[in-house]
Amino acid sequence: MNDAVFAIQDLSVSYNGNVALKDVSLDIHPREITAVIGPSGCGKSTFIRCLNRMNDLVPGAAVSGEVLYHGEDIYSPEVDPVTVRRRIGMVFQRPNPFPKSIYDNVAFGPRINGYKGDMDELVERSLRRAALWDEVKNKLRKSALALSGGQQQRLCIARAIAVEPDVILMDEPASALDPIATVRIEDLMQELKKEYSIVIVTHNMQQAARVSDKTAFLYTEVDEETSARWGILVEYGETGGIFTTPKDKRTEDYVSGRFG
Amino acid sequence: MSGAPARRSASGGPTTPMPDALLARGPSPRRLWTDRAASAAMLATVALALLPVVLIFYYIIREGFSAMNWEFLTQSMPYSFRKEGGGFLNGLIGTLIMVGVATAVAVPFGVLAAVYLVEYGKNGLLAQLIRFFSDVMTGVPSVFVGLFVYTAFVVPFGFGALMGAAALAIIMLPIIVRSTEEMLKLVPLEIKNASYALGAAKWQTVTRVVLPSALPGITTGVLLAVARAAGETAPLILTALGSLTITTKLLGEPISALPLAIFDGARTPFAAGQARAWAGALELLLIVLVFTLLARVASSRSSISR
Repeated sequence: MNDAVFAIQDLSVSYNGNVALKDVSLDIHPREITAVIGPSGCGKSTFIRCLNRMNDLVPGAAVSGEVLYHGEDIYSPEVDPVTVRRRIGMVFQRPNPFPKSIYDNVAFGPRINGYKGDMDELVERSLRRAALWDEVKNKLRKSALALSGGQQQRLCIARAIAVEPDVILMDEPASALDPIATVRIEDLMQELKKEYSIVIVTHNMQQAARVSDKTAFLYTEVDEETSARWGILVEYGETGGIFTTPKDKRTEDYVSGRFG
Repeated sequence: MSGAPARRSASGGPTTPMPDALLARGPSPRRLWTDRAASAAMLATVALALLPVVLIFYYIIREGFSAMNWEFLTQSMPYSFRKEGGGFLNGLIGTLIMVGVATAVAVPFGVLAAVYLVEYGKNGLLAQLIRFFSDVMTGVPSVFVGLFVYTAFVVPFGFGALMGAAALAIIMLPIIVRSTEEMLKLVPLEIKNASYALGAAKWQTVTRVVLPSALPGITTGVLLAVARAAGETAPLILTALGSLTITTKLLGEPISALPLAIFDGARTPFAAGQARAWAGALELLLIVLVFTLLARVASSRSSISR
């Protein structure tokens, strides 16, 4: 139990007073892929953005509850969100390389962190781990914006792992990519999970079933009187169990494609 | 026009003539004439609006070209406006010094103010005030700026290059602030988030991601401000005063500038002085043109526009 990378207790998030996510509690384990699935607007992205304090950057966002990272509360007042983000990397929905060269994109994180070692070697290692090296090794000085969408997303993964994080958060990393690029990202995740803990948000159930070890199903709860909507955690467990023998009726309806 | 309906009715049978006729009829004569009249009216107003610009260019090039020569570019003024020969090297050097100093002062202040507006102040009270006064300052007649610098600095310290540069910097500042602000706002949130997610602090995100991404656009705004400052005359009359000799002193001595030399030459009743003013106008026009073209090149290289 206490080998958990993240121990999350009663996590709630609101934007300008409107609750977006309510009382989520779950543990995320090391060297595993944890998928977060659920219909649109159920707070999947809100949830994952709590794990590296990206929600701090959204004006009006308020987080309550406890997120313990290796036993340390990342929302404690002594913790600097910048330090949190150096340990917990993130890959976004749309590939977002900097308008710089491929090399400078990968070297960005190590440079701002004051990396003193061999930068060329680190860039090559990161690109190799992201399965992009062979495609770009002859054009490292070219603009990253000239790459295809799938290559850009793998570059963003290389950029994230170049700072040697412990966890990689992925917010629908393949939703803007074609099926072939998606398969490459999924294969890559299987490689990466040997060294990193991965949390992936996806609205693609097949993807969650294919890649993940554990699955969390989030669902939108509606207050009939005020018609306010927020996300709750319905069920969390082994991916096989969630998809074959779900305990909750709502999970069963969702994974069997009855809605969403 | 008549070929298409014939072909379709031949293959389509008796039910098709209706839609064919509908499609082949074309615009009604009334619409056609309204369209032509509107187009002609717009073309005429464009031509009318361009006429003064074209005439200015025509006269400056015609008059300036005949007075322009190597001596003009490399020599300073003769001691009398009546004498022929000589040139505006004194004005060119003065303009380069004053615009250079003004740029060196206005760019850091202007860019930092814009960074404050976009990344820190946002819609706070101070930011709103800065925006409001920038807009007011853009609209203030430049002679007022000259009067301000005259009372504040020239009265105690005398005419000089620094006074002229101060006036030009004040004129450049709001242009740089507002154009840089627009460029910084164009930097996508996604790449800022990417930087934060890699553990970059805010200042690192600003200096390493936001400013480099916006650099081509910022350069454009700066170059346009430089072009504007290079052509300012009124504030320099009250601050640099003008001089017939070359000087590179920053303080304690009046200094010339191209617009001042043009102004002085054009006011004289002597053919030689007026000819030099035309050549000076051509020189200044070319300088402003070069900066405007550089601004165009810089903005077309913008890496933000994808």
